[in-house]
Amino acid sequence: MHNLNEKREIKYSEALSEALAQAMEKDPGVFVFGVGVDDPKGIFGTTLLASKRFGQARVFDTPLSENALTGIAVGAALEGMRPVMVHARDDFFLLAMDQIINHAAKWRFMFGGQHSVPMVIRGIIGQGWGQAAQHSQSLQAFFMHAPGLKVIMPSNAYNAKGLLMAAIEDPNPVICIEHRKLFDLKSFVPSKPYSLPLGRAQCVRPGADVTIVAVSQMVEEALKAAQQLNQRNIQADVLDLQTIKPFDREAILGSLKKTGRLVIADTGWLTCGLSAEIAAFACEQAFSHLKAPVKRVALPDFPTPCAKTLETAYYPTSQSIVDAVVDLFGKVKETKPLDGSNIAVIDAEFKGPF
Amino acid sequence: MFLPRFKQSFPPPKRTGLTCSHLVKLYREMLRIRKVEDKIVELYPRQEMKCPTHLSIGQEAVAVGVSAALKQKDHAYSGHRCHAHYLAKGGAVAGLFAELYGKSSGCARGFGGSMHLVALEVGLVGSSAIVGGTIPIAAGSALAFKMRKLPYVAVAYFGDAGVEQGVFYESYLFAALKSLPVVYICENNGYATQSPLANRQPPGPIINRVKRLGGHVAAVDGNNVLCVYLAAKKAIAYARQGRGPAFLECRTYRWLEHVGTNFDYHLGYRTKNELEQWMKYCPVAVYKNWLLKNKLTDETALKNMEAEIGQEINDALAAAKSGPPADPAVMAASLYA
Repeated sequence: MHNLNEKREIKYSEALSEALAQAMEKDPGVFVFGVGVDDPKGIFGTTLLASKRFGQARVFDTPLSENALTGIAVGAALEGMRPVMVHARDDFFLLAMDQIINHAAKWRFMFGGQHSVPMVIRGIIGQGWGQAAQHSQSLQAFFMHAPGLKVIMPSNAYNAKGLLMAAIEDPNPVICIEHRKLFDLKSFVPSKPYSLPLGRAQCVRPGADVTIVAVSQMVEEALKAAQQLNQRNIQADVLDLQTIKPFDREAILGSLKKTGRLVIADTGWLTCGLSAEIAAFACEQAFSHLKAPVKRVALPDFPTPCAKTLETAYYPTSQSIVDAVVDLFGKVKETKPLDGSNIAVIDAEFKGPF
Repeated sequence: MFLPRFKQSFPPPKRTGLTCSHLVKLYREMLRIRKVEDKIVELYPRQEMKCPTHLSIGQEAVAVGVSAALKQKDHAYSGHRCHAHYLAKGGAVAGLFAELYGKSSGCARGFGGSMHLVALEVGLVGSSAIVGGTIPIAAGSALAFKMRKLPYVAVAYFGDAGVEQGVFYESYLFAALKSLPVVYICENNGYATQSPLANRQPPGPIINRVKRLGGHVAAVDGNNVLCVYLAAKKAIAYARQGRGPAFLECRTYRWLEHVGTNFDYHLGYRTKNELEQWMKYCPVAVYKNWLLKNKLTDETALKNMEAEIGQEINDALAAAKSGPPADPAVMAASLYA
């Protein structure tokens, strides 16, 4: 197990980098490819260790042919390799949907369970610094919708390493959706290789009054919201889903039995999004426990705008979560201005271009 | 009109490098495919094979010629019209019929149907119903072979419309960049569903466009099994040597409708005359005549062969029909490994 005396804190991006390098160390079939994975920036530092340690034979640059490269990963996986494909932005997934949905996701089932397709595709959600409509999308719902894929959304450095290592070890196609705003955040990360089980949520703050189910960067916002709610004597039970497909039904049920109230905080759009699925699940499976309607905090149904004023209005924050919770308790909302301090802290270190 | 203008003559038997029994075996393989599909034509109207079925009648020489040039450990991928590729690579007749009848003994356990044939034991890794869908996947197999220093090639079969997909160019260029041992077999049968080639591609042979991308590129008379075999052998050798991708355009013809078991010239998108000219140039019949003319076999042997194939098909059919239906209880367990 982990050395409890180890106090090492590293960044989310460094944890991803370490996960790749250690997974490659463990399994000679693992290789990493994508546009820019071996360049000096190494996908915001996340492929630098692997690139340095294993060189171009196992970490290589590719043409901008997302669909073909995804199919190439499927073929290599069918031969027993463990490809890890990297997109510097989530948005580029959309160029490869035929190979992801029609092929990677279906291959095993379509042939009666004879194959396995062990591959990972990483994509990064952009947010802030005016990244606008095509460098910021949070597309997890697309991948949740298609049977055959698993989807992870690490929220901190610790689970970034453990989930990515588990994804690479998993015999199925796994989509790993990372969040650019988390890349510089540090937390405790054991230096040894470890993997966290896929499909398990993590309770990151216990509470008895309201369940906040959050993913990715919204876990940060949920924790901040929980602190504010604490000042109003509302104790939030914050669940970090970690894996969104399959998601941890037992953890959500267990929490709802305790709290009877549910707010879902997602980084994606509202309509048909992750939050809709969790809400439907709660209504179907936990209706008798619910004391109030389910609330959702998600992106409005617009593409991402660019200008700071528009971005600020567009993205939900911890305050949006606080508002949703307060609504559930039927209390009058405070009219104090939007705090947004979490964003401010990150943005203080968050220099352009992104 | 898409006529059999590109006819190549059979090489002298010695030039093929094949023994007499090998040469006869090629005929047997083609005949077996033809007879299996004739049986499907006979039985399909009974509405018991409940899946869209795309027959290869008229195109058998491509699958047989290419497979004869492959090793069993070479991996092949196909598309929606995959019966011939599956059988020629060594897939079991019973597994095909059982798949069409929705049985758990089907080659894909009833999960795939006619368009998703698979035979891992003989290296047919799978078949996709998305045109061009297996083009990059075959390149991925080739990448794995190269990374592991294995002496195998990967083959993807697709039709003339396969080269209309962007993923073809993406995959081919990547294979050229990395010198991957992948062989692309383009079965140009002149139509994509009911759309003629001239509606879909600029004039000029497909290979003229592909030649600009590099690798080994050739066209062959796809109704001449020996020419296909020799051309495939060359293409496969090129890829296996690690020199890069190979592309073989095989000009052939689909006798029946795009999907289903009927003739369809009455629709008007192609003429009866065109079909008749191709039927006169039947890949199975012309090869049979050549074998007889060169005294590599005789009528008695062929009669016995036909009877044996008929028996194999009847046995396979009986086994397939008596098998248990595909089992819904295993669906959930078949999703994730």
